[in-house]
Amino acid sequence: MKFWISAAIVLAAAVAAAVTVKNEYFFFAGYTVLVFVTLATAWNILGGYAGYVNFGTPAFFGLGAYTAAVLFKAFAMPLVLQILAAGVMSGLLGLAAGVLTLRLRGIFFAIATIALVVIMETLFINWRFAGGATGLQLLRPPPMPPFESYIKMLFVLAVAIAIVAVAVARWIEQSWIGRGLRAIRDSEEAAECTGVPTLRLKLFACTVSGALMGTAGACMPMYLSFIEPASTFNLNYAIGALASPMIGGTAHYLGPVIGALILSTLQQVVSVTISSEMNVLVVGVLLVFFVVAAPEGVLGLFKKWFRTSSK
Amino acid sequence: MPFSFELLLEAIVFGVLLGCFYAAVSIGLSVSFGLLDVPHVAHPAIMVFGAYCTWLLGRLGLDPVLAGVLLTPAFFLLGMAVYRFYYEVFEKRGSDAGVRGIAFFFGLALIIEVGLILAFGVDQRTVEAAYIGKSFSIGDMRIPMRTVVVTVVALVLMTVLTLYLSRTFTGRAIKAVAQDEQALRLMGANPMRIKQWAFGIATAVAAVAGAMLIIIGPVDPGMDRAYIGRTFSVVVLAGLGSMTGTIAAGLILGISESIVLMQFGASWAPAVSFSLLLIVLGIRPQGLFGR
Repeated sequence: MKFWISAAIVLAAAVAAAVTVKNEYFFFAGYTVLVFVTLATAWNILGGYAGYVNFGTPAFFGLGAYTAAVLFKAFAMPLVLQILAAGVMSGLLGLAAGVLTLRLRGIFFAIATIALVVIMETLFINWRFAGGATGLQLLRPPPMPPFESYIKMLFVLAVAIAIVAVAVARWIEQSWIGRGLRAIRDSEEAAECTGVPTLRLKLFACTVSGALMGTAGACMPMYLSFIEPASTFNLNYAIGALASPMIGGTAHYLGPVIGALILSTLQQVVSVTISSEMNVLVVGVLLVFFVVAAPEGVLGLFKKWFRTSSK
Repeated sequence: MPFSFELLLEAIVFGVLLGCFYAAVSIGLSVSFGLLDVPHVAHPAIMVFGAYCTWLLGRLGLDPVLAGVLLTPAFFLLGMAVYRFYYEVFEKRGSDAGVRGIAFFFGLALIIEVGLILAFGVDQRTVEAAYIGKSFSIGDMRIPMRTVVVTVVALVLMTVLTLYLSRTFTGRAIKAVAQDEQALRLMGANPMRIKQWAFGIATAVAAVAGAMLIIIGPVDPGMDRAYIGRTFSVVVLAGLGSMTGTIAAGLILGISESIVLMQFGASWAPAVSFSLLLIVLGIRPQGLFGR
């Protein structure tokens, strides 16, 4: 219950901010941070709970973005339907990728997902209707009231999507599915022997994770009024999605959220104040630091700190 | 484009040259990932780092191949240090090393990449040597000298490494540690020291691969990203740790990429090699020459 009340408060705050705050840049930057919150949460379902590293975030994200863009170009489909369709397509991609590779050890899955990114990028580079290598210009429709600008509307939508993603992750974590996935991470053989349906659980996690990544990508073409393969299937999405849970903590559904908020905000600040190369360095250094020195992330540090201070 | 036998032949010749290059850039990973099971995602980044070191030495007037060879001792030590760190932090602690190990090497790759950008900028770098820019022809085919040089270096490198692993005592020890670490420990040997040594060799090989990378074309700091997929493809396609397999997989990748390039155009080429990888993973996960 507490979760849903806080979720409602966050959403209400986002709507209030969108209606009152005038500065567009705040929403522009905030949108990117929210996309990474969703991606990191989605990544953590498979990567954090089950221990299967997915490098293919851009493939799922990009497929979602392109699904939305193509549907918009072909049928001028409304945004909400675009988002749903993007989720379905990326979910199917997750299922297909899972069927092909999830019988293998974790690292092979990771490699297969890299392959997936390249294949998706190549497909869209060669698809004329979707703009090919040069990309596709999209004309935004007028925003829905009460929002005065499209970016603000997208910001609120991104908040809603992020909340849905976190709610799904929370539900998985607290249900028997989450327990099964954790058993897989600790020892796949042992889990299999005790009757955990490992393959089915992994497929489920991969599908849900992919679908959420797709919805995260769905608003991207409208956000930029433009879509193009090289930046849509950029490895930076994979890096952000992997680094945020590592920084925040993979054990709890709030870990990726905290990690993404810290990492993406820092990246936004660094790329505005210093340079865009430095923001990649920020990820690299934070990633190595947390993985080496604080394997349980920010949440783990908090827990330790509370334990020692209460003694 | 209409099918013609000459074109196919040309595609195969170029594919063989390209394939030897792919095999050579993957062979270090074949040791570190294939034999030692280290998820070394930073291997291509170290290779690009090697290419930049070659470029620096090239400015002093050194031949790039020679520069690559001269870099090996330093890279050997670098590799030993990296593995030691990885071992102390991840392998020794044991649990959950997989996910965090990959994340660690991913972070390392990013740090190397940005380090190179800060030191050299984002511009592409090239080296100069007598054989770069020249070409010779067989019939109607024009073959650039640089690809031939790279192929020769690649073949020498792979032969030396294969012989080292199968004939010398340490080489066999490396293979033994890959097969059964526990047994080695029971024999009274220290697997960590052997693995550290092997990782050093893998990194030294990456330095030579870096030299080849800059001989075959211009290099920029972000280049490692394209090679993560390629090198891992070759290693998996080969069957983990198989040296003969690495050559065969490199050739398969090179030839199929080059045929697709000629028939359908450059934009389709990368997808083919990766589709190949997915198919192999799906039906024969132990690779073509797997244990």
